[in-house]
Amino acid sequence: MNANHEELLYAYAVTRDAGAPGADDLETLTGVAGEPVRAVRHLGLATLVGPVPAAGFGEAALHASLEDIACLEKAARAHQRVIDAVTATGACVLPMRLATVYHDEAGVRRMLANRHAQLGAALDRLDGCVEWGVKVHASGSAAQAPAATGAGPRAPRAAVSGRDYLRRRAAARHAHEEEARREDEAARGIHAVLTALAEQTRLYPPQHGPLAGPSGRNILNAAYLVRREGGDRFTSAVAGFADLVPEDGVRLELTGPWAPYSFAGQATSGQTGTDQATSGQTATGQTATGQPTRAQPTLGRPAPGEDVP
Amino acid sequence: MNPESTAPLTRPGSGMVTGPGSGGADLADILERVLDKGVVIAGDIRVNLLDIELLTVKLRLVVASVDKAKEMGIDWWESDPALSSNSRRGELGAENARLRARVAELEQRQEETR
Repeated sequence: MNANHEELLYAYAVTRDAGAPGADDLETLTGVAGEPVRAVRHLGLATLVGPVPAAGFGEAALHASLEDIACLEKAARAHQRVIDAVTATGACVLPMRLATVYHDEAGVRRMLANRHAQLGAALDRLDGCVEWGVKVHASGSAAQAPAATGAGPRAPRAAVSGRDYLRRRAAARHAHEEEARREDEAARGIHAVLTALAEQTRLYPPQHGPLAGPSGRNILNAAYLVRREGGDRFTSAVAGFADLVPEDGVRLELTGPWAPYSFAGQATSGQTGTDQATSGQTATGQTATGQPTRAQPTLGRPAPGEDVP
Repeated sequence: MNPESTAPLTRPGSGMVTGPGSGGADLADILERVLDKGVVIAGDIRVNLLDIELLTVKLRLVVASVDKAKEMGIDWWESDPALSSNSRRGELGAENARLRARVAELEQRQEETR
Protein backbone atom coordinates (compact mmCIF):
# COMPACT_ATOMS: atom_id res chain seq x y z
CA MET A 1 0.00 0.00 0.00
CA ASN A 2 0.95 3.59 0.03
CA ALA A 3 2.73 4.27 3.22
CA ASN A 4 4.61 7.09 1.61
CA HIS A 5 1.46 8.56 0.12
CA GLU A 6 2.98 8.99 -3.26
CA GLU A 7 0.08 7.03 -4.59
CA LEU A 8 -3.59 7.34 -3.99
CA LEU A 9 -6.45 5.06 -5.00
CA TYR A 10 -8.99 6.39 -7.40
CA ALA A 11 -12.31 4.55 -7.04
CA TYR A 12 -14.56 3.93 -10.03
CA ALA A 13 -17.38 1.69 -8.98
CA VAL A 14 -18.73 -0.80 -6.51
CA THR A 15 -19.93 -4.26 -7.49
CA ARG A 16 -20.70 -7.51 -5.75
CA ASP A 17 -17.56 -9.41 -4.99
CA ALA A 18 -19.02 -12.39 -6.81
CA GLY A 19 -19.89 -10.34 -9.85
CA ALA A 20 -16.74 -8.29 -9.91
CA PRO A 21 -14.69 -8.66 -13.05
CA GLY A 22 -11.68 -10.90 -12.68
CA ALA A 23 -8.12 -10.02 -13.46
CA ASP A 24 -8.63 -11.16 -17.05
CA ASP A 25 -11.44 -8.73 -17.62
CA LEU A 26 -9.41 -5.92 -16.20
CA GLU A 27 -6.17 -6.78 -17.88
CA THR A 28 -6.28 -4.26 -20.68
CA LEU A 29 -8.25 -1.67 -18.84
CA THR A 30 -6.65 1.58 -17.83
CA GLY A 31 -8.01 4.35 -15.70
CA VAL A 32 -7.91 8.10 -15.36
CA ALA A 33 -4.14 8.18 -15.04
CA GLY A 34 -3.53 5.41 -17.52
CA GLU A 35 -3.12 3.11 -14.55
CA PRO A 36 -4.22 -0.52 -14.30
CA VAL A 37 -7.52 -1.15 -12.55
CA ARG A 38 -8.04 -3.76 -9.84
CA ALA A 39 -10.69 -4.80 -7.38
CA VAL A 40 -10.48 -4.22 -3.63
CA ARG A 41 -12.73 -6.87 -2.10
CA HIS A 42 -14.34 -6.66 1.30
CA LEU A 43 -17.43 -8.11 2.96
CA GLY A 44 -18.89 -9.45 -0.26
CA LEU A 45 -18.44 -6.19 -2.14
CA ALA A 46 -15.72 -5.01 -4.44
CA THR A 47 -14.52 -1.54 -5.34
CA LEU A 48 -12.71 -1.05 -8.60
CA VAL A 49 -9.74 1.18 -8.03
CA GLY A 50 -6.62 2.30 -9.76
CA PRO A 51 -3.44 3.63 -8.18
CA VAL A 52 -2.90 7.21 -9.24
CA PRO A 53 -0.06 9.59 -8.46
CA ALA A 54 -0.71 11.77 -5.44
CA ALA A 55 0.80 14.63 -7.35
CA GLY A 56 -2.07 14.61 -9.82
CA PHE A 57 -4.91 13.49 -7.59
CA GLY A 58 -4.38 15.17 -4.28
CA GLU A 59 -6.82 17.77 -3.17
CA ALA A 60 -5.16 20.78 -4.70
CA ALA A 61 -4.27 19.04 -7.93
CA LEU A 62 -7.77 17.70 -8.45
CA HIS A 63 -9.18 21.06 -7.68
CA ALA A 64 -7.12 22.64 -10.38
CA SER A 65 -7.46 19.96 -13.01
CA LEU A 66 -11.21 19.61 -12.74
CA GLU A 67 -11.56 23.29 -13.47
CA ASP A 68 -9.84 22.72 -16.77
CA ILE A 69 -12.35 21.48 -19.29
CA ALA A 70 -9.74 19.49 -21.22
CA CYS A 71 -8.54 17.71 -18.08
CA LEU A 72 -12.10 17.26 -16.96
CA GLU A 73 -13.04 15.68 -20.26
CA LYS A 74 -10.10 13.33 -20.16
CA ALA A 75 -10.89 12.25 -16.61
CA ALA A 76 -14.60 11.92 -17.28
CA ARG A 77 -14.11 9.80 -20.38
CA ALA A 78 -11.58 7.58 -18.64
CA HIS A 79 -13.82 7.20 -15.61
CA GLN A 80 -16.73 6.32 -17.85
CA ARG A 81 -14.60 3.92 -19.88
CA VAL A 82 -13.76 1.85 -16.80
CA ILE A 83 -17.35 1.78 -15.66
CA ASP A 84 -18.52 0.89 -19.13
CA ALA A 85 -16.05 -1.97 -19.41
CA VAL A 86 -17.24 -3.43 -16.14
CA THR A 87 -20.88 -2.98 -17.09
CA ALA A 88 -20.15 -4.83 -20.29
CA THR A 89 -19.10 -7.91 -18.33
CA GLY A 90 -22.69 -8.17 -17.16
CA ALA A 91 -21.91 -7.15 -13.60
CA CYS A 92 -24.21 -4.86 -11.71
CA VAL A 93 -22.21 -1.70 -11.26
CA LEU A 94 -22.71 1.21 -8.94
CA PRO A 95 -20.71 3.95 -10.58
CA MET A 96 -19.05 6.35 -8.22
CA ARG A 97 -18.94 10.00 -8.84
CA LEU A 98 -15.93 11.42 -10.57
CA ALA A 99 -12.93 12.04 -8.34
CA THR A 100 -13.63 9.79 -5.39
CA VAL A 101 -10.14 9.20 -4.08
CA TYR A 102 -8.79 7.21 -1.12
CA HIS A 103 -5.43 7.18 0.58
CA ASP A 104 -5.13 3.42 0.53
CA GLU A 105 -6.97 0.12 0.47
CA ALA A 106 -7.84 0.48 4.13
CA GLY A 107 -9.82 3.59 3.26
CA VAL A 108 -11.65 1.76 0.52
CA ARG A 109 -12.49 -1.13 2.86
CA ARG A 110 -13.68 1.27 5.50
CA MET A 111 -16.03 2.81 2.98
CA LEU A 112 -17.33 -0.60 1.94
CA ALA A 113 -17.95 -1.48 5.58
CA ASN A 114 -19.62 1.82 6.47
CA ARG A 115 -21.87 1.80 3.45
CA HIS A 116 -22.39 -1.89 3.30
CA ALA A 117 -26.13 -1.94 3.77
CA GLN A 118 -26.92 0.85 1.33
CA LEU A 119 -24.57 -0.39 -1.32
CA GLY A 120 -25.99 -3.88 -1.03
CA ALA A 121 -29.52 -2.60 -1.31
CA ALA A 122 -28.68 -0.55 -4.37
CA LEU A 123 -26.97 -3.50 -6.02
CA ASP A 124 -30.03 -5.65 -5.36
CA ARG A 125 -32.33 -3.03 -6.73
CA LEU A 126 -30.33 -2.37 -9.87
CA ASP A 127 -29.23 -5.91 -10.56
CA GLY A 128 -29.87 -6.92 -14.14
CA CYS A 129 -30.62 -3.37 -15.25
CA VAL A 130 -28.82 -0.85 -17.38
CA GLU A 131 -29.54 2.73 -18.20
CA TRP A 132 -30.49 4.13 -21.59
CA GLY A 133 -30.43 7.79 -22.40
CA VAL A 134 -32.90 9.31 -24.80
CA LYS A 135 -32.89 12.86 -26.00
CA VAL A 136 -35.55 14.40 -28.15
CA HIS A 137 -34.70 17.47 -30.17
CA ALA A 138 -37.19 19.71 -31.81
CA SER A 139 -36.06 20.47 -35.31
CA GLY A 140 -38.90 22.64 -36.46
CA SER A 141 -38.75 26.37 -36.86
CA ALA A 142 -39.87 26.76 -33.31
CA ALA A 143 -36.50 25.34 -32.37
CA GLN A 144 -34.53 27.62 -34.62
CA ALA A 145 -36.01 30.94 -33.81
CA PRO A 146 -37.89 31.12 -30.57
CA ALA A 147 -37.76 34.90 -30.69
CA ALA A 148 -38.53 35.27 -34.34
CA THR A 149 -42.23 35.61 -33.84
CA GLY A 150 -41.53 38.84 -32.06
CA ALA A 151 -39.01 40.12 -34.53
CA GLY A 152 -40.55 38.92 -37.75
CA PRO A 153 -43.37 41.21 -38.70
CA ARG A 154 -41.51 44.40 -38.05
CA ALA A 155 -42.58 46.41 -41.09
CA PRO A 156 -42.31 50.14 -41.69
CA ARG A 157 -44.34 51.83 -39.05
CA ALA A 158 -46.25 54.09 -41.33
CA ALA A 159 -47.63 51.22 -43.34
CA VAL A 160 -48.92 49.14 -40.48
CA SER A 161 -51.37 50.05 -37.79
CA GLY A 162 -50.81 48.82 -34.29
CA ARG A 163 -53.69 46.48 -34.70
CA ASP A 164 -52.36 44.92 -37.86
CA TYR A 165 -49.03 44.56 -36.27
CA LEU A 166 -50.52 42.88 -33.26
CA ARG A 167 -52.70 40.72 -35.41
CA ARG A 168 -49.74 39.53 -37.44
CA ARG A 169 -47.72 39.05 -34.37
CA ALA A 170 -50.46 37.03 -32.82
CA ALA A 171 -50.73 34.87 -35.90
CA ALA A 172 -47.01 34.23 -35.98
CA ARG A 173 -46.96 33.54 -32.31
CA HIS A 174 -49.86 31.22 -32.64
CA ALA A 175 -48.14 29.22 -35.36
CA HIS A 176 -45.02 29.07 -33.28
CA GLU A 177 -46.88 27.92 -30.22
CA GLU A 178 -48.77 25.38 -32.21
CA GLU A 179 -45.56 23.88 -33.45
CA ALA A 180 -43.98 23.93 -30.00
CA ARG A 181 -47.09 22.29 -28.62
CA ARG A 182 -46.93 19.52 -31.21
CA GLU A 183 -43.29 18.93 -30.41
CA ASP A 184 -43.87 18.86 -26.69
CA GLU A 185 -46.73 16.48 -27.21
CA ALA A 186 -44.55 14.22 -29.32
CA ALA A 187 -41.91 14.26 -26.58
CA ARG A 188 -44.46 13.45 -23.93
CA GLY A 189 -45.82 10.62 -25.99
CA ILE A 190 -42.38 9.18 -26.51
CA HIS A 191 -41.58 9.49 -22.83
CA ALA A 192 -44.82 7.79 -21.86
CA VAL A 193 -44.17 4.81 -24.10
CA LEU A 194 -40.56 4.45 -23.02
CA THR A 195 -41.51 4.80 -19.38
CA ALA A 196 -43.79 1.83 -19.78
CA LEU A 197 -40.80 -0.20 -20.95
CA ALA A 198 -38.59 0.93 -18.08
CA GLU A 199 -38.30 0.09 -14.41
CA GLN A 200 -37.66 3.70 -13.50
CA THR A 201 -37.09 6.94 -15.29
CA ARG A 202 -35.21 10.08 -14.52
CA LEU A 203 -35.43 13.39 -16.31
CA TYR A 204 -32.48 15.63 -16.90
CA PRO A 205 -32.73 19.27 -17.78
CA PRO A 206 -32.49 19.84 -21.51
CA GLN A 207 -29.04 20.45 -22.88
CA HIS A 208 -28.45 23.82 -24.41
CA GLY A 209 -24.86 24.65 -24.12
CA PRO A 210 -21.80 24.81 -26.27
CA LEU A 211 -21.23 21.17 -25.30
CA ALA A 212 -24.65 20.08 -26.38
CA GLY A 213 -23.95 20.69 -30.03
CA PRO A 214 -26.15 22.09 -32.75
CA SER A 215 -29.00 19.70 -32.24
CA GLY A 216 -31.96 21.99 -32.23
CA ARG A 217 -34.06 22.60 -29.18
CA ASN A 218 -33.63 19.78 -26.68
CA ILE A 219 -37.10 19.10 -25.35
CA LEU A 220 -36.60 15.80 -23.60
CA ASN A 221 -33.47 14.54 -21.92
CA ALA A 222 -34.28 11.39 -20.01
CA ALA A 223 -32.69 8.30 -18.53
CA TYR A 224 -34.48 4.97 -18.38
CA LEU A 225 -33.59 2.05 -16.17
CA VAL A 226 -34.22 -1.00 -18.30
CA ARG A 227 -33.71 -4.68 -17.61
CA ARG A 228 -30.92 -6.06 -19.73
CA GLU A 229 -33.18 -8.58 -21.37
CA GLY A 230 -35.58 -5.78 -22.24
CA GLY A 231 -32.88 -3.81 -24.02
CA ASP A 232 -33.85 -4.90 -27.51
CA ARG A 233 -37.42 -4.01 -26.94
CA PHE A 234 -36.47 -0.63 -25.63
CA THR A 235 -34.07 0.22 -28.42
CA SER A 236 -36.56 -1.01 -31.00
CA ALA A 237 -39.16 1.28 -29.54
CA VAL A 238 -36.76 4.19 -29.80
CA ALA A 239 -35.87 3.19 -33.34
CA GLY A 240 -39.55 3.07 -34.16
CA PHE A 241 -39.99 6.59 -32.90
CA ALA A 242 -36.90 7.71 -34.76
CA ASP A 243 -38.52 6.48 -37.96
CA LEU A 244 -41.85 8.02 -37.20
CA VAL A 245 -41.17 11.34 -35.70
CA PRO A 246 -39.91 13.48 -38.54
CA GLU A 247 -43.57 14.23 -39.07
CA ASP A 248 -43.75 15.61 -35.58
CA GLY A 249 -40.73 17.79 -36.15
CA VAL A 250 -38.59 16.08 -33.55
CA ARG A 251 -35.44 13.99 -33.64
CA LEU A 252 -34.32 11.28 -31.28
CA GLU A 253 -30.96 10.39 -29.93
CA LEU A 254 -30.31 7.20 -28.01
CA THR A 255 -27.26 6.52 -25.86
CA GLY A 256 -26.39 3.46 -23.91
CA PRO A 257 -26.35 1.04 -22.39
CA TRP A 258 -24.87 2.94 -19.49
CA ALA A 259 -24.25 1.71 -15.98
CA PRO A 260 -27.24 2.85 -13.94
CA TYR A 261 -25.74 6.21 -13.06
CA SER A 262 -28.99 8.01 -12.77
CA PHE A 263 -30.49 5.45 -10.45
CA ALA A 264 -27.57 4.55 -8.22
CA GLY A 265 -27.37 7.74 -6.22
CA GLN A 266 -30.40 7.20 -4.11
CA ALA A 267 -28.64 4.33 -2.39
CA THR A 268 -26.53 6.66 -0.37
CA SER A 269 -29.08 9.23 0.53
CA GLY A 270 -30.14 7.26 3.56
CA GLN A 271 -33.69 7.25 2.30
CA THR A 272 -33.91 4.08 0.36
CA GLY A 273 -37.35 3.22 -0.77
CA THR A 274 -38.20 6.66 -1.99
CA ASP A 275 -37.78 7.36 -5.64
CA GLN A 276 -36.14 9.86 -7.89
CA ALA A 277 -36.70 12.82 -5.70
CA THR A 278 -34.28 11.53 -3.14
CA SER A 279 -31.17 11.38 -5.17
CA GLY A 280 -31.92 14.76 -6.57
CA GLN A 281 -31.29 16.15 -3.17
CA THR A 282 -27.98 14.44 -2.92
CA ALA A 283 -26.80 14.87 -6.38
CA THR A 284 -28.19 18.06 -7.67
CA GLY A 285 -30.18 19.60 -4.90
CA GLN A 286 -27.61 22.21 -4.17
CA THR A 287 -27.00 23.38 -7.66
CA ALA A 288 -27.63 27.01 -8.20
CA THR A 289 -29.70 26.46 -11.25
CA GLY A 290 -31.59 24.17 -9.11
CA GLN A 291 -34.47 22.01 -9.35
CA PRO A 292 -34.37 20.44 -12.77
CA THR A 293 -33.64 16.81 -12.27
CA ARG A 294 -35.81 16.36 -9.26
CA ALA A 295 -39.10 14.67 -9.05
CA GLN A 296 -40.67 14.90 -12.40
CA PRO A 297 -41.57 11.38 -13.27
CA THR A 298 -44.99 12.78 -13.94
CA LEU A 299 -43.98 14.16 -17.27
CA GLY A 300 -45.34 11.20 -19.17
CA ARG A 301 -48.82 12.18 -18.22
CA PRO A 302 -50.70 13.83 -21.05
CA ALA A 303 -50.61 17.55 -21.00
CA PRO A 304 -53.45 19.05 -19.10
CA GLY A 305 -55.60 21.03 -21.51
CA GLU A 306 -53.38 23.41 -23.32
CA ASP A 307 -55.15 26.72 -22.97
CA VAL A 308 -52.74 29.06 -24.66
CA PRO A 309 -54.84 31.23 -26.91
CA MET B 1 -21.39 -6.98 -23.77
CA ASN B 2 -23.24 -4.38 -25.67
CA PRO B 3 -25.22 -6.09 -28.34
CA GLU B 4 -27.68 -3.25 -28.33
CA SER B 5 -25.19 -0.70 -29.41
CA THR B 6 -25.22 -2.14 -32.88
CA ALA B 7 -28.95 -1.71 -33.22
CA PRO B 8 -29.63 -0.51 -36.74
CA LEU B 9 -30.82 2.95 -36.06
CA THR B 10 -30.29 5.96 -38.19
CA ARG B 11 -27.58 8.52 -38.52
CA PRO B 12 -26.20 10.52 -35.61
CA GLY B 13 -28.59 13.00 -34.18
CA SER B 14 -31.58 11.27 -35.60
CA GLY B 15 -31.80 8.22 -33.48
CA MET B 16 -28.37 6.76 -33.33
CA VAL B 17 -27.26 4.47 -30.57
CA THR B 18 -24.04 5.62 -29.09
CA GLY B 19 -22.09 3.27 -26.88
CA PRO B 20 -21.30 5.38 -23.87
CA GLY B 21 -17.72 4.25 -23.64
CA SER B 22 -17.01 4.39 -27.31
CA GLY B 23 -15.96 7.98 -27.25
CA GLY B 24 -18.99 8.62 -29.37
CA ALA B 25 -21.20 9.67 -26.52
CA ASP B 26 -21.42 13.38 -26.11
CA LEU B 27 -19.19 14.84 -23.49
CA ALA B 28 -22.27 16.51 -22.14
CA ASP B 29 -23.94 13.15 -21.59
CA ILE B 30 -20.90 11.73 -19.87
CA LEU B 31 -20.38 14.71 -17.63
CA GLU B 32 -24.01 14.75 -16.72
CA ARG B 33 -23.58 11.28 -15.37
CA VAL B 34 -20.12 11.13 -13.90
CA LEU B 35 -20.37 14.48 -12.16
CA ASP B 36 -23.95 14.71 -11.28
CA LYS B 37 -25.05 11.13 -10.77
CA GLY B 38 -23.68 7.89 -9.48
CA VAL B 39 -23.03 6.89 -5.92
CA VAL B 40 -22.00 9.81 -3.84
CA ILE B 41 -19.56 8.71 -1.18
CA ALA B 42 -16.96 10.79 0.51
CA GLY B 43 -13.50 9.67 -0.38
CA ASP B 44 -10.47 10.35 1.76
CA ILE B 45 -9.49 13.23 -0.42
CA ARG B 46 -11.84 16.01 0.42
CA VAL B 47 -12.20 17.40 -3.00
CA ASN B 48 -15.20 15.28 -3.63
CA LEU B 49 -18.51 16.36 -2.46
CA LEU B 50 -18.61 20.08 -2.13
CA ASP B 51 -16.22 20.79 -4.90
CA ILE B 52 -17.98 18.50 -7.25
CA GLU B 53 -21.24 20.18 -6.40
CA LEU B 54 -19.72 23.50 -7.28
CA LEU B 55 -18.25 22.09 -10.41
CA THR B 56 -21.61 20.67 -11.31
CA VAL B 57 -23.13 24.09 -10.98
CA LYS B 58 -20.58 25.53 -13.34
CA LEU B 59 -21.04 22.64 -15.64
CA ARG B 60 -24.75 23.14 -15.79
CA LEU B 61 -24.11 26.55 -17.11
CA VAL B 62 -22.15 24.96 -19.91
CA VAL B 63 -24.14 21.84 -20.57
CA ALA B 64 -27.65 22.69 -19.74
CA SER B 65 -28.47 26.28 -19.45
CA VAL B 66 -31.69 26.09 -17.58
CA ASP B 67 -32.30 29.79 -17.82
CA LYS B 68 -31.96 29.58 -21.55
CA ALA B 69 -34.41 26.76 -21.61
CA LYS B 70 -36.90 28.72 -19.59
CA GLU B 71 -36.39 31.70 -21.80
CA MET B 72 -37.40 29.48 -24.66
CA GLY B 73 -40.47 28.38 -22.81
CA ILE B 74 -39.25 24.88 -22.15
CA ASP B 75 -39.93 24.18 -18.58
CA TRP B 76 -42.45 21.45 -18.51
CA TRP B 77 -39.82 18.97 -17.43
CA GLU B 78 -39.01 20.71 -14.24
CA SER B 79 -42.03 20.75 -12.02
CA ASP B 80 -45.13 18.90 -11.24
CA PRO B 81 -48.04 19.25 -13.61
CA ALA B 82 -50.01 21.45 -11.31
CA LEU B 83 -47.34 24.10 -11.38
CA SER B 84 -45.98 23.40 -14.77
CA SER B 85 -45.66 25.56 -17.77
CA ASN B 86 -49.06 24.71 -19.07
CA SER B 87 -50.85 26.44 -16.31
CA ARG B 88 -48.36 29.24 -16.06
CA ARG B 89 -48.03 29.70 -19.76
CA GLY B 90 -51.76 29.58 -19.96
CA GLU B 91 -52.12 32.40 -17.47
CA LEU B 92 -49.54 34.48 -19.19
CA GLY B 93 -51.09 33.76 -22.52
CA ALA B 94 -54.49 34.77 -21.25
CA GLU B 95 -53.09 37.94 -19.77
CA ASN B 96 -51.34 38.69 -23.02
CA ALA B 97 -54.51 38.20 -24.94
CA ARG B 98 -56.38 40.56 -22.62
CA LEU B 99 -53.71 43.19 -22.97
CA ARG B 100 -53.60 42.84 -26.71
CA ALA B 101 -57.35 43.21 -26.95
CA ARG B 102 -57.18 46.25 -24.73
CA VAL B 103 -54.52 47.89 -26.90
CA ALA B 104 -56.50 47.18 -30.03
CA GLU B 105 -59.59 48.65 -28.41
CA LEU B 106 -57.76 51.79 -27.40
CA GLU B 107 -56.38 52.19 -30.89
CA GLN B 108 -59.82 51.77 -32.32
CA ARG B 109 -61.17 54.49 -30.10
CA GLN B 110 -58.35 56.80 -30.94
CA GLU B 111 -59.00 56.36 -34.64
CA GLU B 112 -62.72 56.95 -34.16
CA THR B 113 -62.23 60.16 -32.21
CA ARG B 114 -59.97 61.56 -34.86
